[in-house]
Amino acid sequence: MTLSRTFATTGRVLTQIRHDPRTIGLLLVVPSLLIGLVAWIFTDTDLFADIGPAMIALFPFIVMFLVTSIATLRERRNGTLERLFSMPLGKGDFILGYALAFGLLAIFQTAIAVSFAVWVCGLEIEGTIWLLFAVAVADALLGTALGLLASAFARSEFQVVQFLPLLVFPQILLGGIFIPRDQLPEALEAISEWLPLSFAIDALRAVADDSKDAEWIAAKLLVIGAWIIGSIVLGSITLRRRTP
Amino acid sequence: MVNSVDVAAGPAVVVRDLHVRRAGAPVLHGLSLDVPRGRIVGLLGPSGCGKTTLMRSLVGVQVVDSGTIEVLGLPAGSAALRARVAYVTQQVSVYDDLTVRQNLAYFRRVIGAPASDVDSVIERTDLGSVEGRLAGSLSGGQRGRVSLAAALLGAPEVLVLDEPTVGLDPVLRVELWELFHRLAEAGATLLVSSHVMDEAKRCDRLLLMRDGALLADDTVPGVLEATGTDDVETAFLRLIERGVPDLHPETGSEVA
Repeated sequence: MTLSRTFATTGRVLTQIRHDPRTIGLLLVVPSLLIGLVAWIFTDTDLFADIGPAMIALFPFIVMFLVTSIATLRERRNGTLERLFSMPLGKGDFILGYALAFGLLAIFQTAIAVSFAVWVCGLEIEGTIWLLFAVAVADALLGTALGLLASAFARSEFQVVQFLPLLVFPQILLGGIFIPRDQLPEALEAISEWLPLSFAIDALRAVADDSKDAEWIAAKLLVIGAWIIGSIVLGSITLRRRTP
Repeated sequence: MVNSVDVAAGPAVVVRDLHVRRAGAPVLHGLSLDVPRGRIVGLLGPSGCGKTTLMRSLVGVQVVDSGTIEVLGLPAGSAALRARVAYVTQQVSVYDDLTVRQNLAYFRRVIGAPASDVDSVIERTDLGSVEGRLAGSLSGGQRGRVSLAAALLGAPEVLVLDEPTVGLDPVLRVELWELFHRLAEAGATLLVSSHVMDEAKRCDRLLLMRDGALLADDTVPGVLEATGTDDVETAFLRLIERGVPDLHPETGSEVA
């Protein structure tokens, strides 16, 4: 693995996306639109204050997961991955190159989603907005990293799309959006303690109602960071230069 | 450097008793062959005979069951070979949403070739007039040339080209073969697959394959003489009928 090849890959991925303005538009706007829809649904209640932070965790996470996993899968399908693996490109260069490119997009996307939720939808944030942004970015990066991991495992588009319900939906169901996690059956609560999205949702909620100090949130951020790094490393290991 | 043909260094590619399965089915069963340095060797045979599997094995992207493959004296797929061996897949493998120049600029950085290589390969593959266009907007033949141009970056010593002329018009095909000959004259070794038998005449040597085994390993005149025919297509049929392969591999000691 070399930095220059990793950055070359990042630059190449971003140039590809630049040639597809509609994808950029969708990527940047879709999570905000969905957050806006949720805010509208609950406009006559005071529920949005409660689930708004979770929506900031949810939508960028899902969108980044899907976009990243399909982008890398496309590379496998069009033969460029095979070509790259016959060249001196490390598996880590490939995965990290993608992670950096989509990570950068995730930062923009999250900035828009957070701003939209707070200043347009009127989501009340008691804590620091910067902490909210930091957690939301980590969460979107997590979606990117898990998407890369999924596509390293998947062999077809069908499989990638199946990985969404398999890897993402349980995290949403157990993340404390439907019922608080401490009201889950014991076994499910124990599982939910380990799921990375739970950490993101907990942290975003804590910032929103300012119920925890910055250290507590930093600890959650660290766990999410560990999941991101772990997924990227595992994805690099899973990817095979030689295929049957 | 690829300036002189170093015959003393032995063949560019040495394959011994290679067994490979693809998707569970045996494709190559005990294949052995040499590819001499500085030559254009044509790999011919019907679709499905194992040409692509052999090529994938040579460049180290194929899981191999058993046997040995040495390329430039190193085990195939070694990290040290990845910048010295270029591979053009049969499917055009370029980024459709990048321009021709952006494609080549990226592959150049991956290979670690000098920046000036991009201009030189654009010129050699005659892509200058379309270099600013997205690869996806080009014709099939032009896209194929982008894929080939990427393989020329960094002056590779061995080029493994899987059906590089498929779908090209005759004028372009002739131009590409002229390019291949120039590369070989400069010392590069080319293994070029085709299922078009009339391309065989342009090669220095032929490897005729069928069902994962070699029917012939000889020069073009050698194959024609051994089968008493005057075109490669008929020679191929004769060899199948006869069931006795025509194997006259060039040995490393033989001076060109």
